[in-house]
Amino acid sequence: MQKALAPEISTWPDDGFQLRGSRCRACGETQFPVQTLCPHCSGREMEDVLLPRQGTIVAWTTQEFIPSFPYIGTESPKDFAPFAVALVQLGDVVRVEGRLTETAFDKIDFGDEVELTMVPFATDDEGNDIVTYAFAAI
Amino acid sequence: MNDVAIIGVGLHPFGRFDKTAMEMGAEAINLALDDAGVQWKDMQFAVGGSFEVSNPDAITRLVGLTGIEFTNVQNACATSAAAIKGTADAIASGQYDIGIAVGMDKHPRGAFGGEPDKLGLPRWYGESGLFLTTKFFGMKAHKYIHDHGISPRTLARVAAKNFRNGERNPLAFRRKPISEDEILESPMLNKPLTQYMFCAPDEGAGAVIMCRGDMAARFTSNPIWLKASEIRTRSYGAYEVHATCAPIMDGVSPTVHASKAAFEKAGISPADVGVIQLQDTDAGAEIIHMAEAGFCADGDQEKLLADGATEIDGSMPVNTDGGLIANGEPIGASGMRQVHEIVRQLRGQGGDRQIPGKPTAGFAQVYGAPGTAAATVLTT
Repeated sequence: MQKALAPEISTWPDDGFQLRGSRCRACGETQFPVQTLCPHCSGREMEDVLLPRQGTIVAWTTQEFIPSFPYIGTESPKDFAPFAVALVQLGDVVRVEGRLTETAFDKIDFGDEVELTMVPFATDDEGNDIVTYAFAAI
Repeated sequence: MNDVAIIGVGLHPFGRFDKTAMEMGAEAINLALDDAGVQWKDMQFAVGGSFEVSNPDAITRLVGLTGIEFTNVQNACATSAAAIKGTADAIASGQYDIGIAVGMDKHPRGAFGGEPDKLGLPRWYGESGLFLTTKFFGMKAHKYIHDHGISPRTLARVAAKNFRNGERNPLAFRRKPISEDEILESPMLNKPLTQYMFCAPDEGAGAVIMCRGDMAARFTSNPIWLKASEIRTRSYGAYEVHATCAPIMDGVSPTVHASKAAFEKAGISPADVGVIQLQDTDAGAEIIHMAEAGFCADGDQEKLLADGATEIDGSMPVNTDGGLIANGEPIGASGMRQVHEIVRQLRGQGGDRQIPGKPTAGFAQVYGAPGTAAATVLTT
């Protein structure tokens, strides 16, 4: 069985699931994940919004060594499989940091169009796959 | 407001040592006291910075329980800068005549980790493998070299230069030159940054003694003037270290704001500066900070590095002591090292790495999580 790392940040496992964010009622700026105050205008009224599923890669890099604590991935330093990380612009709403599913790094480029998905990266004590959000090439 | 003069500097070597951070800090304090020709009992107050040591003021048990005001600061990579600014501000305002800033640290090996909630981030950010400073610097460097036509070879030139400068610095952690090819061929950590393009957390300590400008002649014939020390945090729009999200609008880093404010306050321009210390957490950061601090336009670094402009004998020497790449980063002491190097260069005490023609102004910049920068301007 699959379990989400942080069930509260998305509508997964719904069909066409989306990430949850907060939009400021005063200035309209959006943040991810949900937060109660606005870092742009200091507004105190935020409304829940669902973020666009598709976006473009603004910046990206690779993670080629195993992250230290509090990373919960089940790999060992020896069998760790490097992954890519990107800053993805979702529509004209907000840019979100997340993993990319593409592991052939020479296929990734700035401006690539990607879509929200989930990837398994850890297992819990009961043998469930822990999944986190990621972006896959369209 | 009083002018603020630096009359003494002391630096414990950076690297790995069989002693505590506080013992290193005490050695740095005594080196600074000797450099200034004063005693610990002459210090009217102190500001101490560290990341790993929770109570730097406990160092008084080693150097003297004189009962002075001693304020502890922790401001991530700007910890030393905060200690220096706190000391300078108290003297400038007239609260005290003479005081000392000290910084010390001793980090475990490996990249910085820790609890995301200490930086206001959700736990899943760390659990899913996103809470890494190196990843941010890789992302920022990758975008920067893509946008401004910088080659990976130029990144290697930065690291090779800093290792070469480290070889000339007896206090440096890494004192062996590494070729550009070896740097490019070392394991990729966060594209485009390879292992030898990154600094490593390590150990060290530094101290800086300052006094009221009109008292400086009592202690030294060559005071170094602390003209400005400015600290800035994120402004909305910039993509900074550790961020679950960033706005659509492109903003600028706090380094831009801190540097501009420091130059304005000091009344000099980047062109007047003859010795530059920049936060080279990685080779990309040094390149980016050259532009953010105002020393060149975005993209000019490709030619400047190829021409050797940032070498010790170049037109704009950067990180003449080897920077973070050759010295490592004991967070609380890193900014002390920068100021120590500038003071040595401005006094003409740079030894094997003295900049020809003895510069008359220096600039130091630090940057770190979660988007904090400091800029300091010093003159003869």
